[in-house]
Amino acid sequence: MLSAPILVSAIVNGLLTGSIYALVALGLTLIYGVLHIINFAHGALLSAALFAAFFAYQKAGIDPYLAVLVLAPAFFGLGYALQRLVIGPAARGEERAMLLVTLGMAVLIENALLYAFRADTRTIDLPYAFKSVDLVFTFVAVPRLISFAVVFVVALVLWLIMTRTDTGKAIRAVAKERLGAELSGINVTHIYAMTFGLGTACVAIAACLLIPTYYVNPSAGNAFVLIAFTIVVLGGMGSVPGALIGGLVIGVVESLGGFFFGESLGQAGIFLIFIAVLLVRPRGLFGASA
Amino acid sequence: MRAYLPIVIVVAALAAVPLFVQSNVVLNFLIVALMIALAGQGWNILGGYGGQYSFGHAAFFGTGAYTTAILQVHYEVNAWLGFLAGIAAGAVAGGIIGGLTFRAGLRSSYFALVTLAFAEVLRIFASVAPITGAGVGLLIKLDLHAQAFQFRSRAVFYLIILALVAASLIIAQTLERSRFGAWLVAVRENEDAAMALGVNATAVKVAAMTISGAITAAAGCFYVQYFLFVDAPIGYGAWISIEALLTPIIGGAGTVFGALIGALAVKSIGEGAKFLTGDIPGLDLMTFGAVLVLVIAFAPRGLAGALMDGRDWLARRFVPLRKPAEGTTHG
Repeated sequence: MLSAPILVSAIVNGLLTGSIYALVALGLTLIYGVLHIINFAHGALLSAALFAAFFAYQKAGIDPYLAVLVLAPAFFGLGYALQRLVIGPAARGEERAMLLVTLGMAVLIENALLYAFRADTRTIDLPYAFKSVDLVFTFVAVPRLISFAVVFVVALVLWLIMTRTDTGKAIRAVAKERLGAELSGINVTHIYAMTFGLGTACVAIAACLLIPTYYVNPSAGNAFVLIAFTIVVLGGMGSVPGALIGGLVIGVVESLGGFFFGESLGQAGIFLIFIAVLLVRPRGLFGASA
Repeated sequence: MRAYLPIVIVVAALAAVPLFVQSNVVLNFLIVALMIALAGQGWNILGGYGGQYSFGHAAFFGTGAYTTAILQVHYEVNAWLGFLAGIAAGAVAGGIIGGLTFRAGLRSSYFALVTLAFAEVLRIFASVAPITGAGVGLLIKLDLHAQAFQFRSRAVFYLIILALVAASLIIAQTLERSRFGAWLVAVRENEDAAMALGVNATAVKVAAMTISGAITAAAGCFYVQYFLFVDAPIGYGAWISIEALLTPIIGGAGTVFGALIGALAVKSIGEGAKFLTGDIPGLDLMTFGAVLVLVIAFAPRGLAGALMDGRDWLARRFVPLRKPAEGTTHG
């Protein structure tokens, strides 16, 4: 009935899916840490990135793992422009207005995609998508193993940016003390946009990692982002290690939940964890005091 | 009573519409717009006056809709009683969700997220639980009698939803002039300061969410009686959370007529977009998203606020002609 190998493979699969969740959550938590808002457009941007990766392969034959080299900078630029030209000026620094602007953008982007590409679900056929390797205790699909590795490389790069570069230091300064940072000559508008750009770049990378084994349609990103919200809350809003560990935990919970209770109730389980964490410990398991 | 005069005039004008318009298309448009206005007015009580931006008002819309439908389909309760029960269920849901979240001290992004999560959990449960008809949804038996809350004529439905909207306008106007309303606005403007002055912020917000839930649930109950159907994507779907928030924000959050103005504007824009380019999926919502961003950028107090600004501008322009003594150096 319940054999160890099946359980192990459910856990491993959960960890692999969880790493993608972690990457999406990383983008969200970064933006939250600095701008103090949840970016509700994150899911729509992920859908947009999935479409970009899809068409890069379909029309130009660019392998998704190479497309990331173009898409990550492109989406960084897009995120930078959105914050600098749309969110910032429209919201005038007011938190509630910022939330609404990101929601408005989400509705706009998602439905623009629906308008342009219809609701059809599309997939790509990579020759190596279903190759798998033997990890002794279980089999794992190659693309999922690649994405697991890439996520940790991205996290490392992000950590290096944050600790070793002037921009990273400025981002941390703005996150800690906005006014103080501004007074010491940091261009806060620029830093806000940089942060939003980095968060959006994370989404583009996640899209390139997802597209070989996942599908794309105008609302494909939402499923990931609702889960990423949970992870961000679980790991503590603004906490990078929290997002990574939270992502893996949620991946395993979802995989086991789906295994024991069926897919849709497994999802409900995630939201119930989410609500419980918010109500009992809103700063998350790893969050600094609110 | 003078404060209620605008409501009487607006409602009387809207009530006269069926006398001149018999077109079912127009009436249907107005019925749906008023239903969204009602859902939006519920949001407005909590979000507009209280400053607590819920991203999951579908939780109340769906609770109202499902309560009405379940009572009729499974327990053969009278539709009118079911309607009242649906509103009561919405109030209870508002009280419970509000009690849990505000007691935990959730604000801003956190509040938006947790309301969204509640709506999602309810949607998932409604899409698998047998009592809600799972994936199929609930269909109410056609029975065109007044005692079953079903009417052959759309004009009757129109007058019913108008009466509900009128009631919600009166609630907002009464709230605005009440002590409770003043507390609520104080919490919106500065919660800490309000608490320092002795306002029990948590209790005020929970009460507002209870009222808010009841009003939005009424819209859900009406939906079920009008369309005789509800399923999980309709009842608890994101569309109604977004429209309930969109209408008062666009019309003017925290104003009596904001949700009504917003609903009529939003629905007209949606129909206009469809008319111009044909009914392509995504187009109307796409314009809603753009309008939301534009309104926040250029008319942060919504259309009602822009109208008031226009009036003030006119006043500034013409009053000084008569009273030049008053300093208007920066007019």
